[in-house]
Amino acid sequence: MLAYTIRRLLISVPLLLGILCLSFLMLKLAPGEPGVIQQDLQARASGAQRETLRQMYGLDKPIYVQFGRWLWRAGRLDFGRSYMPDGRLVMAKIRERIPITLGLNVLELVIIFSVAIPLGILSATRQYSAFDKSMTLFVFVGFATPDFWLALLVMLLFGVQLGWLPMSGLRSLNYEYLSSWGQVWDFLSHLILPLLVASFGGLAFLSRLMRGSLLEVIRQDYMRTARAKGLPERTVIYKHGVRNAVIPVVTLLGMMLPGLLGGSVFIETVFAIPGMGQLFVQSAFSRDEPVLMALIVIGASLSLVGNILADISYGLVDPRIRVTGGGTE
Amino acid sequence: MNAPPALSRRRFLTLLGLSPLAACGRTETAPEAASPAGGPAYGDTLVDGSIGDISGLIPNITSDSSSHDIGNYVYSNLVRTDKDLRLEGELAEGWDISADQLTITFRLRKGVQWHDGQAVTAKDVDFTYRYMVDPKTPTAYGEPFRQVRQAEVVDPFTFRVTYEKPYSPALQNWGIWILPSHILEGPWKAGVDLRTTPQNQHPIGSGPYLFREWKTGEKIVLEAYPKYWEGRPYINRIVTRIIPDQATIFLELKAGNIDMTGLTPIQYRRQTDYPAFHKTFNKYRYLANGYAYLGFNLLDPRFQDKRVRQAMAHAIDKQEIIDGVLLGLGRPAVGPYKPGTWWYKEDVKTFPFDPERAKALLAEAGWKDKNSNGILMKDGKPFSFTIRTNQGNQVRQQTAEIIQRRLRAIGIDVKVHIVEWAAFINTFIRRKDYEAIILGWGLGLDPDQYDIWNSSQTGPDQLNHISYKNPEVDALLEAGRRTFNEAERKVIYGKFQDIMAEEQPVVFLYVSDALPVVSSRVQGIAPAAAGISYNFIKWYVPQNLQRYTR
Repeated sequence: MLAYTIRRLLISVPLLLGILCLSFLMLKLAPGEPGVIQQDLQARASGAQRETLRQMYGLDKPIYVQFGRWLWRAGRLDFGRSYMPDGRLVMAKIRERIPITLGLNVLELVIIFSVAIPLGILSATRQYSAFDKSMTLFVFVGFATPDFWLALLVMLLFGVQLGWLPMSGLRSLNYEYLSSWGQVWDFLSHLILPLLVASFGGLAFLSRLMRGSLLEVIRQDYMRTARAKGLPERTVIYKHGVRNAVIPVVTLLGMMLPGLLGGSVFIETVFAIPGMGQLFVQSAFSRDEPVLMALIVIGASLSLVGNILADISYGLVDPRIRVTGGGTE
Repeated sequence: MNAPPALSRRRFLTLLGLSPLAACGRTETAPEAASPAGGPAYGDTLVDGSIGDISGLIPNITSDSSSHDIGNYVYSNLVRTDKDLRLEGELAEGWDISADQLTITFRLRKGVQWHDGQAVTAKDVDFTYRYMVDPKTPTAYGEPFRQVRQAEVVDPFTFRVTYEKPYSPALQNWGIWILPSHILEGPWKAGVDLRTTPQNQHPIGSGPYLFREWKTGEKIVLEAYPKYWEGRPYINRIVTRIIPDQATIFLELKAGNIDMTGLTPIQYRRQTDYPAFHKTFNKYRYLANGYAYLGFNLLDPRFQDKRVRQAMAHAIDKQEIIDGVLLGLGRPAVGPYKPGTWWYKEDVKTFPFDPERAKALLAEAGWKDKNSNGILMKDGKPFSFTIRTNQGNQVRQQTAEIIQRRLRAIGIDVKVHIVEWAAFINTFIRRKDYEAIILGWGLGLDPDQYDIWNSSQTGPDQLNHISYKNPEVDALLEAGRRTFNEAERKVIYGKFQDIMAEEQPVVFLYVSDALPVVSSRVQGIAPAAAGISYNFIKWYVPQNLQRYTR
């Protein structure tokens, strides 16, 4: 198991380098340069600023020099300063946003898994029942509903019509005047709608997967053996069935991480949550390369970590893998 | 990106040509809504929704409207515009122009204090000037200050600038945010990048509001400055919430969590027209400070013929665009200026919608339908071109589609290409690699448009990207800069507008309306030519209507 883990870790180093190289190139190939964010050209603004900025940021150097310099500094976790007029350190900008995005994504995963797996099991064990059929309907609706539309609908319902929940941001304006419990509730209530919308699609997807996986396992010979030796149905399903059926589902945990990070871009924009996704959108529109690159590095690293975790957890739940040492790739 | 002009607050921005506001105020809501139950009172908080975060707190080096809006609350300018869009002193009590029109002497108001208690003096103005002309300063607004030959601090309250040649747009350029020299001069002299100084995070200004807090991506909090020279503002606090999605801002507005923002035409016309909304909000409407145009690349021989451009002007139904896209919230543009300004000429040549006339003009210019496929040809080539515009601006995209159909009707084949903004500017505008574009100009509050139309301004980073060249226009734009005399300038810019109308270097399309909305508990808003935000410090919420008591 240890050797397997180490090998997986080593493979990811060149992989990460490859990702960085590609992202840097892609950024450089994309048209547009830092500094243009306003919509209208302004009669009073001159273009002289552009040259000043180019020199200031070393954009007049060849690409490989820029990449080399960047890599050298990034290796020491120094991502430089943002190109925006605030001139802040990139790491400072990101540091204040990481906990929000990671926290939301972890919560989202917890919700998805803790709801989807039971739902999937219930559907599989009651195949073609009314419950299973309504779940099927729910899943199709879940797949078919565009996030942005669902987001607006729940905001309109819970925020405007009913007025039960806050629609955007993380804290109310009177946050600092609330009691400690009030603050906790205020913060949590701001998370409900974003989490609901963010989990919806994943929930549908994963519960379907769990159902399919369990149905397949149920038909296996060893299940029949288990029943034949007189084990109670509960033990058969949960001990022999679910444990095997959950393997492909758990590995998805790692695979879902990049997708969730991508989803944050949208969720954080619509719900005005100051996380990394929102920063990514802003930086992309203003071509704030240092921030973009740092975010890509972090996103790529997290995805790699997710993949490694998936592989390792696969090894943990399925002894065959760690014995033979076969990877998933 | 798709922001309608945000409710941009105070007067002065417009001077720099930065803000999309102003002119002929009209209130849509009847004033009987919420009768003032008390006189002016201090207190309450106004919550504003902004689509973009600010990018810094030294507005002189930012170029986005969010940063400028906040900068206008926190800083003061030397001069500003009043409600009728005329220049008046802010930090300057007044100014004198020498007989030879080369020297402007500003007399500064005494007793004005920075938020930290230091006096505002001519030294601050002088520092701001030197910072603006420093080649290392990453500002887009430095050019006009480079025209100054000599700047001197005569005494603590007198600042004098001398120009090489008379330069009348100079006055509006002094509507720049004045920076505190006692805080910034030291670091600046030591070669420190001012963006990294605390001033860019926690600014000390001299404007009506003190800076309190900037939570990135979340909100900016400002508080009334009790010692503001014009008197303490009534509204105690301004919270600008950053909500990057237009739809979310609108929902928060409907739920009453936001007190003011700008509306899109469809929100103004259809989505806010119900009694509950009218009760809680007042909608305002006035001409924005800019216009949209269909521009042609004049290096392309097809567009060099004036008759072709005039034909396009006849073929496009501007009113149809205004009715269909702006839902009637705007008016046709006939030239490069905003109606209502003192230099605006009413009686210029116009090009009413007339497809037959358009076809005749094109035929005159040699464009004929030779193989009767409906597309005009000349020298064996069909008349076909691409209109490009930027992504995220639905109004422009729809305008492009309407124009496409109208031009097809007279035998011109048009394709529409939507490009993301930064790419649009860099790939197409800067390289002049386009045939036609739909874009807008935000205007300054001086008739000077040398940078846009003068033939010397056609370089890659300059604003005359359509490459318009006309010696007569060059001379007029030059002459307009050389006199401060309003009557003379009116004649000069009148002639300029006649030429623009005749030549149609671009097809002037429309001037849209700014559509701000403000909570009806706010009193004291007096729509004027300059919009509504010029008297922000006089806005108030009567005691019994105040919502945020802490």
